[in-house]
Amino acid sequence: MRLPISTEKVRHCRQLAASIAQEVEAEISPLSTVSVERSLLRLVGIEGANQENVPLVNCFIDHIARQRALEDGALYWLGNAILATGESPQSIGERVGAGSLDLVRLPRQPRPAIEKLCRGIVQDTLATLLGKRQQRRKMEENLPRTPPPWLYVIVATGNIYDDIEQAKAAAEKGADAVAVIRSTAQSLLDYVPEGITTEGFGGTFATGANYRLMRGALDEASRQSNRYVRQVNYCSGLCMAEIAALGVLEGLDILVNDALYGILFRDLNMIRTMVDQHFSRYLLGLFDTIIVTGEDNLIKTIDAFEEYPIVLVSQFINEQLAKNAGMREERIGLGHAAELDPALEDSFLWELVQAQLVRQLFPRSPVKFMPPTRYKSGNIFFAHVLDTLFNLVSVWTEQAIVLLGMPTEAIHTPYVQDRYLSLESALHVRRAAGALGRELRFQPNGQGAARARQLLAKTEESLTRIAEEGLWNSLSSGAFSAIRRTRHGGRGYDGVFRKGQFYLNPFLDREVVRRARRGEEA
Amino acid sequence: MTEPQSSIRPYGDRLNDGAVQLSFSLPMSLSARSREAAKSIAGRLGLDRIRLISALDLGNGFSYYILYGTTAVEIDGQAIHLTDVERPLLDFWRINHLLEFELKKRVTVVGATIGTDAHTVGLDAILNAKGFGGESGLERYPQFRVVNLGAQVPPEEVLEITREEPVDVLLISQVVTQRNAHLENLTLLAEMLEAEGTRQDLLLICGGPYIDSQVALEVGFDAAFGPGTTPLAVASLIVEELLRKTR
Repeated sequence: MRLPISTEKVRHCRQLAASIAQEVEAEISPLSTVSVERSLLRLVGIEGANQENVPLVNCFIDHIARQRALEDGALYWLGNAILATGESPQSIGERVGAGSLDLVRLPRQPRPAIEKLCRGIVQDTLATLLGKRQQRRKMEENLPRTPPPWLYVIVATGNIYDDIEQAKAAAEKGADAVAVIRSTAQSLLDYVPEGITTEGFGGTFATGANYRLMRGALDEASRQSNRYVRQVNYCSGLCMAEIAALGVLEGLDILVNDALYGILFRDLNMIRTMVDQHFSRYLLGLFDTIIVTGEDNLIKTIDAFEEYPIVLVSQFINEQLAKNAGMREERIGLGHAAELDPALEDSFLWELVQAQLVRQLFPRSPVKFMPPTRYKSGNIFFAHVLDTLFNLVSVWTEQAIVLLGMPTEAIHTPYVQDRYLSLESALHVRRAAGALGRELRFQPNGQGAARARQLLAKTEESLTRIAEEGLWNSLSSGAFSAIRRTRHGGRGYDGVFRKGQFYLNPFLDREVVRRARRGEEA
Repeated sequence: MTEPQSSIRPYGDRLNDGAVQLSFSLPMSLSARSREAAKSIAGRLGLDRIRLISALDLGNGFSYYILYGTTAVEIDGQAIHLTDVERPLLDFWRINHLLEFELKKRVTVVGATIGTDAHTVGLDAILNAKGFGGESGLERYPQFRVVNLGAQVPPEEVLEITREEPVDVLLISQVVTQRNAHLENLTLLAEMLEAEGTRQDLLLICGGPYIDSQVALEVGFDAAFGPGTTPLAVASLIVEELLRKTR
């Protein structure tokens, strides 16, 4: 059921996005952030918090930053300390956290020795984590596959133990992916809290401990349901890179990870966000984890009919930034949503066209399609009708990952029965309408085709303008959702630094990665 | 049909049939026992002629029930006491006209979603020019000057704005109400304005899908709006209240 669109125009859009991303790349490559550095420490095994409950990785970074030694990066100072003391990363982290070790005053070791040591540590770390990832892929491959789309539901009780019970019920009734909603405003915290959440606000915290509990429950549910159930959580925010690292360590399958969302909707500094998204995506790319982007949020803030092209613009840019970070298209799940006003004449046709257009523009992307939320008002029965039509669009246009709408959207976080009713509807539509896309066609000169051409033309125009202005300036001038952000404004800019002469990050070293992949001993 | 005035009972398809539909889940696996439990709960709720018409297994030891029954409860329509008075809505032209020629000023409206709450959909629906439900937002009214502070604004920052600008109306949106997070925020803001001595100089309004207007008034707000509120409802109230204050 293809829309007749100009492949030449699509190619041009991609070129424009590439040049936009290129400018970003040039600016961020000499930079790192406190969050990237903390993620490196987590990857090499530092975990836990000190007596004041400050995460050890924060203690470590704050400690070197206070002594103006941040520019050499976490691994340089860790490597130096290991050589000087002979202790493990965790033990060094604990001593720094307790205030009994001053990293900067330790005897300085030669840079080549530190580099050699760190490359070895990183290679071993990567080899272990890649091995674990491979085991997980095997588990997935050994379980029977379900037909697309994957049905994705959320749990959001605020108590990880209740979340687990509801997630297991959802898995039993057909969910392919379960996301635990993250506590409100975690995106603004410049640290990852520790421990298990039993009383969260609007969700649970993204923490290693919560991830581990849910992972165990979903693995058990996968075995019981004879179907692999994917674990989803949220990276976006000031700890984007760190949460990506936790996702890798704890075996998550999908992470919500958007390059622009934090800047636009959380007022995070744009440079900080770009550096963080780059490394977090690089890391997730290494472990072949799926990311899903947040254009669904963009749609909610604009006129979803008139201003729709900005969604496509954001998708082109997100795709290119992720590719620059080393991700392959098959793992870049671009976000998209059905948010048209149901009062609009032919709204179903327009949703179908928009959904199909996204599939065609990004054929390899496991697009994440989001349900209507904006025009749900409390009439749970009509909301269920809207969701069923949404399910029909998603199956018809062969979307890859579909977040199921809830009849009680706009009322409360889903009750256990809401999730069931949504799964029941989606399973029915998937069974009943799977062949539609192969059987029916758009009229080559119909309204749908005309709309698609018009959307693509406007997308090309906007991308051309952004490529001329540059992404930084476009974010300042309100090109996205009329939100204006300044280059050095917003949260987290003080956590950005220019890499110094001793800085090292062997995770970025192709040779180290290659050796780890081959399972060589360091 | 002619509306009964005094004796009102739920209506299914005949006057006074008392028909009620009900659904809920139980933390029990679906079984003969769980079905009886569901009916029993409906009975304890006071329903008669209970019919359990659907019982579904939700997985992992949960089950779901849809029931019908009848209730003998009867309400006296005339004895109902309303806290929210239904106010007549003005229109776009009337509102601008009243502000320009009767209040004789351009009104500054500052909007914010305060605390950790990041949900601005409701605030934007009221303030952004695009509006909601087919109505223009306040930005489109020439007589309103709108400052939309957006999401996650600390109450202190709202207070700061009231010091710097001649604010007439504060519009506070709160969506997240788990564990009464919104109440703490709203109370704190009202108290801070009170302490500052500027509370009486402005109209303090809150809104959100789960805001209980009675409670909002108790913690010191002038008005509260619930789900489905359109910009016109907010604009009408602002005009009326500001005019009332000057009289």
